[in-house]
Amino acid sequence: MYDPTVARLTYRALLGRRRALILGALPLLLIAISVVVRFLAGADDQTAADLLGGLALATMVPIIGVIAGTGAIGPEIDDGSVVYLLSKPIKRPTIIFTKLIVAIAVTMVFSAVPTLIAGFILNGNGQQVAVAYTVAALVASIAYAALFLLLGTVSRHAVVFGLVYALVWEALFGSLVPGARTLSVQQWSLAVAQKVSGGDLVTSDVGLTTAAVLLVAVTVLATWYAGQKLRSLTLAGEE
Amino acid sequence: MAVEHTMGTSAPGPGDQTRIHNIGYRSYDGPRLGRSYARRSLYSQSLRGSYGLGRSVKSKVLPMLLFVVMCVPAAIMVAVAVATKAKDLPLDYTRYAIVMQAVISLYVASQAPQSVSRDLRFKTVPLYFSRPIETADYVRAKFAALASALFILTAAPLLVLYVGALLAKLDFADQTKGFAQGLVSVALLSLLFAGIGLVIASFTPRRGFGIAAVIAVLTITYGAVSTLQAIADVQGSGEAVPWIGLFSPITLVDGVQSAFLGATSAFPGGVGPSNAEGVVFLLVALGLIAASYGLLMRRYKKVGL
Repeated sequence: MYDPTVARLTYRALLGRRRALILGALPLLLIAISVVVRFLAGADDQTAADLLGGLALATMVPIIGVIAGTGAIGPEIDDGSVVYLLSKPIKRPTIIFTKLIVAIAVTMVFSAVPTLIAGFILNGNGQQVAVAYTVAALVASIAYAALFLLLGTVSRHAVVFGLVYALVWEALFGSLVPGARTLSVQQWSLAVAQKVSGGDLVTSDVGLTTAAVLLVAVTVLATWYAGQKLRSLTLAGEE
Repeated sequence: MAVEHTMGTSAPGPGDQTRIHNIGYRSYDGPRLGRSYARRSLYSQSLRGSYGLGRSVKSKVLPMLLFVVMCVPAAIMVAVAVATKAKDLPLDYTRYAIVMQAVISLYVASQAPQSVSRDLRFKTVPLYFSRPIETADYVRAKFAALASALFILTAAPLLVLYVGALLAKLDFADQTKGFAQGLVSVALLSLLFAGIGLVIASFTPRRGFGIAAVIAVLTITYGAVSTLQAIADVQGSGEAVPWIGLFSPITLVDGVQSAFLGATSAFPGGVGPSNAEGVVFLLVALGLIAASYGLLMRRYKKVGL
């Protein structure tokens, strides 16, 4: 189910040239802001939770997930070079699974690791805030990568749709319509984080069981369907 | 006028059988429309393209959808104001763009790469420059087109609000003043966002990557700035709040309009910059627009040539 060559090519496509710059810039910004906040405000658990929840988990993880998830397959389909990959005797689901692993790894490295560092800078992991949000980022990375990888195989405008989901649905609708929060990767991962921290700083609107079931279901279904889409992929011209 | 084929015969010596025929090509001697016409065409085509006009149905969906999403809340507010006979609109003209910034950012992110990245990717830029237009014309036409498209996107809901306010018989002078202030503010916002979007998009031939990069710059800076502002406000260092607003495009516009255009600031604590600080905000905003124009000019100095 895992093909090292496909993985190597995907890593290169994701981290080659300027792509790595933007992926690296976001975590650096987060860490820089945490340093500034620590100097301005000192160590404060509530501040740390706000910053990690508002900036790291709500904005940074989805954007990195979009870049890594759609970037793992989108450009190849877009410029047609995916046919060279598809014509090799590798199962399509294997290709998807390998690309998913790579996308998850990249998202985790660029979002969860900086979240942990930022958490330790902000309040030295007081009340388990840093660890809780890191766990949330790890869990969210898996679901986001699977979801956006599926989008990359379904649509040529995957990045836009991914961002619409991440920014409009989760951020805007989630704050206006409480029901939208049940269908939000962010809330599911927060539910897991809530369990880890045990305190009342990290809260979620979704129960742990619901969240876990939905997380697993979304990840598995998205990966399976992406494999199916790739099996029947037709290459269309540019618009 | 027929072309004679002399090739393929038993290779005669060069010079005795080859002939040049006049096959009737004529040089063009009609009117030449010139550089300004080409620039106008590029402008109008780019502007139409920003809303998917003249392109496939699929590429019309997103811009039109965002346009509708932008206008619907304004229509709802107007309907509510008319129905309840309110004394004032529920939202200021100047505040509307700030509230809807996610939609505006998505529009810039999707249309700026559409406007310039595809030219780079399909290597059509050298073709433009083989026409009588020059770097400055291309940059100005694209910049103006995206800024106009953004202005249409942001001014249309204000127009809905204004017409609705007049229908609801709100105070004419007051509403006109607010509408004018709103228009100035969204004009500044359009120029600023168009500049930033185009600069980022012009550095990548990949559309998807351009979209992600633009949205990352717009939302991450806003997320960072508003988080820092909230923390500064809670920590009691309220005077730092406006200065932090300098570091993201939307808070920059917010600062300018709350200093000069009578808007109430969306900053935490509601403290916008004073007039003196507002000058700094205005200078930074204009500087950013000028810088993005300069960067675009530099970028296209030798592209594809």
